[in-house]
Amino acid sequence: MVVERVDHLPLRTDEDLVRARQAVREAAVALGFSLVDQTKIVTAASELARNTIRHGGGGDMQVERLRDGRRSGVRLTFVDQGAGIPDIEQALRDGYTTGGGLGLGLGGARRLMSDLSISSRPAEGTTIVAVRWRQ
Amino acid sequence: MERIPILRMGPFLLVTIQVDMHDRLALTLQDDLMTQIRDTSARGVLIDISALDMVDSFIGRMIGNIAAMARVLDAETVVTGMQPAVAITLVELGLSLPGVRTALDVERGMALLTQGRDPQGQRGRRAR
Repeated sequence: MVVERVDHLPLRTDEDLVRARQAVREAAVALGFSLVDQTKIVTAASELARNTIRHGGGGDMQVERLRDGRRSGVRLTFVDQGAGIPDIEQALRDGYTTGGGLGLGLGGARRLMSDLSISSRPAEGTTIVAVRWRQ
Repeated sequence: MERIPILRMGPFLLVTIQVDMHDRLALTLQDDLMTQIRDTSARGVLIDISALDMVDSFIGRMIGNIAAMARVLDAETVVTGMQPAVAITLVELGLSLPGVRTALDVERGMALLTQGRDPQGQRGRRAR
């Protein structure tokens, strides 16, 4: 697998969230994703980036454009040094929320991407990696 | 502070969202709309989102909240122009905007509002 390009973006403010969406859209367009897939990837990125800002106390996002043989894809990595997620299974369940939202962010993002993995340690932070391959 | 303009047209309020909405802007719109409904005794609110290329759970929740709050203030809300890719993504995300009336475009949305009060059981149906 070849990483063709990597972009790093800070995630601290509302404006960062908008810029993060734009960067992910750009990558998805460049990789030739369909409009529906672009929208799914950008929406998933928005959910995950908001989590990093609201629950992780800010952090950053890495956008990688991948090529694997004839397949291309996008890998998004969200890193924060926040409180961590104590129960990942529970956090992925629809309707579970600690922030007064709808609790659709993590579970929804997992449905919108091909693959989503979470690693988290209490008081050390959370890293979420989300990948979507172009069919 | 940046704001989304709210236009008044007879007894209705019109909003066209044309910017990549950040969260604070969405919350400001919610507050501004409620104030305007009260100040103008508006009977309906039309929100056109045809320029939005993404609606995530936060913006979706804001739209649902506006519809619910407006109803409490005796005004109907119609959301128009949602792009098909946005609709597909929203439902997959797990958000189907229950209680929000939708129409394909502004013209149909205005027709819905002009027809008057929402009959019981018709909520959430789409105008044809």
